[in-house]
Amino acid sequence: MGSQGGFYQSKEFLDLVKSIGEARSKAEEDRIVLSEIETLKRRISEPDTPKRKMKEYIIRLVYVEMLGHDASFGYIHAVKMTHDDTLLVKRTGYLAVTLFLNEDHDLIILIVNTIQKDLKSDNYLVVCVALNAVCKLINEETIPAVLPQIVELLAHPKEAVRKKAIMALYRFYQKSPSSVSHLVSNFRKRLCDNDPGVMGATLCPLFDLITNDVNSYKDLVISFVSILKQVAERRLPKAYDYHQMPAPFIQIKLLKILALLGSGDKQASENMYTVVGDIFRKCDSSSNIGNAVLYECICCVSSIYPNPKLLESAADAISRFLKSDSHNLKYMGIDALGRLIKISPEIAEQHQLAVIDCLEDPDDTLKRKTFELLYKMTKSTNVEVIVDRMIDYMISINDNHYKTEIASRCVELAEQFAPSNQWFIQTMNKVFEHAGDLVNIKVAHNLMRLIAEGFGEDDNTADSQLRSSAVESYLYILGEPKLPSVFLQVICWVLGEYGTADGKYSASYITGKLCDVAEAYSNDETVKAYAVTALMKIYAFEIAAGRMVDMLPECHSLMEEFLASHSTDLQQRAYELQAVIGLDAHAVESIMPSDASCEDIEVDKALSFLNGYIQESIEKGAQPYIPESERSGMLNISNFRNQDHHEASSHGLRFEAYELPKQTVQARIPPASLASTELVPVPEPVYPRESYQTTTVPSVSSDAASTELKLRLDGVQKKWGRQTHFPSTSTSNSTSQKTVNGITQVDGSNTANSRTRETYDSRKQVEISPEKQKLAASLFGGPSKTEKKSATGHKSSKPSSHMVKSHAPKSSMEVASEKTSPVQQPPDLLDFGEPTVKSTAPSLDPFKDLEGLLEPTTQVSSAVNHSSTAAVTKSPDIMGLYTETPAGAHHKDSDILSGLSNSPMTNMVGGTTTMQVAQSSKSPNLKDSLEKDALVRQMGVTPSSQNPNLFKDLLG
Amino acid sequence: MIKAVMVMNTQGKSRLAKFYEYLSVEKQQELIRGVFSVLCSRAENVSNFIDAESIFGLDSHLVYKHFATLYFVFVFDSSENELAVLDLIQVFVETLDKCFQNVCELDIVFNYSKIHTILDEMVFGGQVVETSSSEIMKAVEEISKLEAASNAISLIPKSASGWRSR
Repeated sequence: MGSQGGFYQSKEFLDLVKSIGEARSKAEEDRIVLSEIETLKRRISEPDTPKRKMKEYIIRLVYVEMLGHDASFGYIHAVKMTHDDTLLVKRTGYLAVTLFLNEDHDLIILIVNTIQKDLKSDNYLVVCVALNAVCKLINEETIPAVLPQIVELLAHPKEAVRKKAIMALYRFYQKSPSSVSHLVSNFRKRLCDNDPGVMGATLCPLFDLITNDVNSYKDLVISFVSILKQVAERRLPKAYDYHQMPAPFIQIKLLKILALLGSGDKQASENMYTVVGDIFRKCDSSSNIGNAVLYECICCVSSIYPNPKLLESAADAISRFLKSDSHNLKYMGIDALGRLIKISPEIAEQHQLAVIDCLEDPDDTLKRKTFELLYKMTKSTNVEVIVDRMIDYMISINDNHYKTEIASRCVELAEQFAPSNQWFIQTMNKVFEHAGDLVNIKVAHNLMRLIAEGFGEDDNTADSQLRSSAVESYLYILGEPKLPSVFLQVICWVLGEYGTADGKYSASYITGKLCDVAEAYSNDETVKAYAVTALMKIYAFEIAAGRMVDMLPECHSLMEEFLASHSTDLQQRAYELQAVIGLDAHAVESIMPSDASCEDIEVDKALSFLNGYIQESIEKGAQPYIPESERSGMLNISNFRNQDHHEASSHGLRFEAYELPKQTVQARIPPASLASTELVPVPEPVYPRESYQTTTVPSVSSDAASTELKLRLDGVQKKWGRQTHFPSTSTSNSTSQKTVNGITQVDGSNTANSRTRETYDSRKQVEISPEKQKLAASLFGGPSKTEKKSATGHKSSKPSSHMVKSHAPKSSMEVASEKTSPVQQPPDLLDFGEPTVKSTAPSLDPFKDLEGLLEPTTQVSSAVNHSSTAAVTKSPDIMGLYTETPAGAHHKDSDILSGLSNSPMTNMVGGTTTMQVAQSSKSPNLKDSLEKDALVRQMGVTPSSQNPNLFKDLLG
Repeated sequence: MIKAVMVMNTQGKSRLAKFYEYLSVEKQQELIRGVFSVLCSRAENVSNFIDAESIFGLDSHLVYKHFATLYFVFVFDSSENELAVLDLIQVFVETLDKCFQNVCELDIVFNYSKIHTILDEMVFGGQVVETSSSEIMKAVEEISKLEAASNAISLIPKSASGWRSR
């Protein structure tokens, strides 16, 4: 088969590929490719290259570009090829342009016309290839050029074309929803297409549409459910089966859609229960695709309004996933568990050992997924273990992206659930130490704020304890050789603010440490600035307390260095320090009050303290202030600016004549004179000259003019404008608060503060809880406390609490029974009376039924319905066609297997039996699990509480 | 939607790269290298999924499958199901196998445009449109036939095996 058809390659190309394949180094490969590019450049521009040759050159170009070299010189030739009449050449051209060009490329304009023509072609293959190009190359501006044809193609007789037209329309919707908003109803219409493939394709855009706006599609719930039912009942043609599953990809898409539609909607969800339950029962959990559908069912169940029976099936499926030997299934199981615990948190307990196994798995992907799960189930009882684990993992990895993520998660959890101040500070220290340069600076600000504000409402002793423990730990950490800048900033700030507050450390000790920091990190200006300010604070507090200040010699030398620093910021801080030290105690206390970092600074927005000065000036004959809105000259200025901006932004041709330069000058003078002439002396002759320049080089000079003008105005505005004054401290305070809320995404909104307090209150009862509990016990133990947490943090719904009762005792039994015979299920769930595999009834036309069901929008009267069914009377024939098509979709498995000699596939494809065997022979090393169990028991999972038989299966 | 499809060999040489959203050539190369560096550090017998957010940005998942000397990689967002995509790779490889009889790396290199044709029949504009390998085969064969008819040039044996046997 490979030798058939027109996929022509020359010897030259083969040699090229071969020599690249044999290249021993990247440099050698580059050399070969570059010489190839030279050849192609020469050949491709030769005048009468035969098409066949040309086609090959283009393919070679594509190949060269895939290897990462620039092939832009040939783009135009690829574009030319799309104009060709021969299908082969045209296809190659299109293939090349879709790979080469993006939708905003200059050459696109040369293709749009061809695409338009090809969309009208009689040959459906030409239409298909043009549609392919449409998807990739049409941008927002060119959508209208092809849109009418795409809409026409939605009714094309060939289903392949209809499918692709839908996708093209969907692509337009993605690119610019407004341009096709009037055509969205077409997707609904195509849902009733005769061809199941087209219907399946329609689900993609519908999924997106429903994601964006659930409520307008609630009417389709019934239709989707009935489609899903028919698919699950094998009423589609055999050709749609994949590995004995009826159209699994369609099922998955439908389940995803139902999950969206049923979310938080009891009524809609109730329609889905039966069909989802059916699928749970019918799914073949021995094949990969069957598990994919099962997983999707779990997602659906956890998203729609909870139903106890379905939740039970979902829990069963999850436990099967987790017990599987396949890492893929474990991964899916962990993911599914994370979804389901939102509804029924207690389900995690039955799987504690499996989860711990996954956490210790060498597979990084699985590990990360498990951390994600742990993150979701963190509560105040297990936060220590989880965060410790996370930090350990964070330290062990190199991937900065993930490190950042896990660090921010640690911070978030620590802020939310910290059991004690000390633990909190220690945790933050660890995070900063190992990922300090990666975490958001806001986290650092947050930490400072937290230390400053404290947690308790009126509990001052706790606050000061927190601070002194922070100071102590920071002084200790400063011994480390290298610390991240952000962390040092926090340390400096805290030492400055609270270093001497509890009297444990002397000022000279703290200042000595601060000087060390400033010296050790002498190339980090920010840290140095923080250090100087901290020094200033320490000295100020000393002076205010009436003690003698005597600066350490190293501090003196440091100051001398900073006073001459190139950084103006450092210089200023150093001078300020000098000035503060020279003041008397009273003045210092009002400048630098002790422990006042979180007190609001009152800002007098009206600047009333200047009243006397203004009065004086007015008496001396100064002009009174005129608000911006009342100034006449100001109006002119703003007009002018607009004009200038306009000029600068529109680079296109201007058709109206330029204004006379004279006018410009006139208009510009008044504002300048009004806004204190002596501030900005404007030499008048400059203006005419400039405007003349404008005529010669319009865009550049007008830009320059506008910036010049703007600069001057900025100065003016800062002096007199109304909005320039911000109460800086208070806003910064409130924004930092907001960021806390931003980070604590679990509950969002501004309750973060109050909630942390809550946890800190509850901490007192938990405080005694042994810190070194064994992992499992501490992760999952203490379900009684869960209730408390769930009241504040997690969603707790009635049915779930009901589930606790019915589920807990049963689950262990189920687990046990499952081990012996994996097929056996609780009888109320699995209805074995009914044969799972129904033979298809070819005479029945599922889509005829669909027609009737799927007309909810136009359901005006039954007559309409009737006519619509009548319109598709030919559908039976089509269905007949389908049944005739050979259903040999997957018989070559063994061939592939032998051909590729690959082991993992065995599990996936042919291994129905092996999987089952593997499943039943789970718990491979009984001894291990016994040991683990013993440990768990010993460490205090109190089996007396809920489910005493939890580990029965493991004990055998 | 599917963001990218890549085929690369175990030495990291790219054999097929298709991105469904435009990326510059340099960016493509960077991504391919990024993916390969993750892939080659994966142990045997681990899951086929990789957390790809550090390479492809938010909301991206990566599923790969290792066949003989080749990695088949699909990158997609959360609107697809990982296990299903794994089967999609299966379909893709099955189709290639039908097309070339015992497909091997060389077939993919030498029939570059044909591989693209097959992929285009499966994934269209980032969406999966066809999941039955026999349907895909039918479409591809039809194209081949028409192309052959429109292109009555003498044919050199195309399949790699044919070429090697000469």
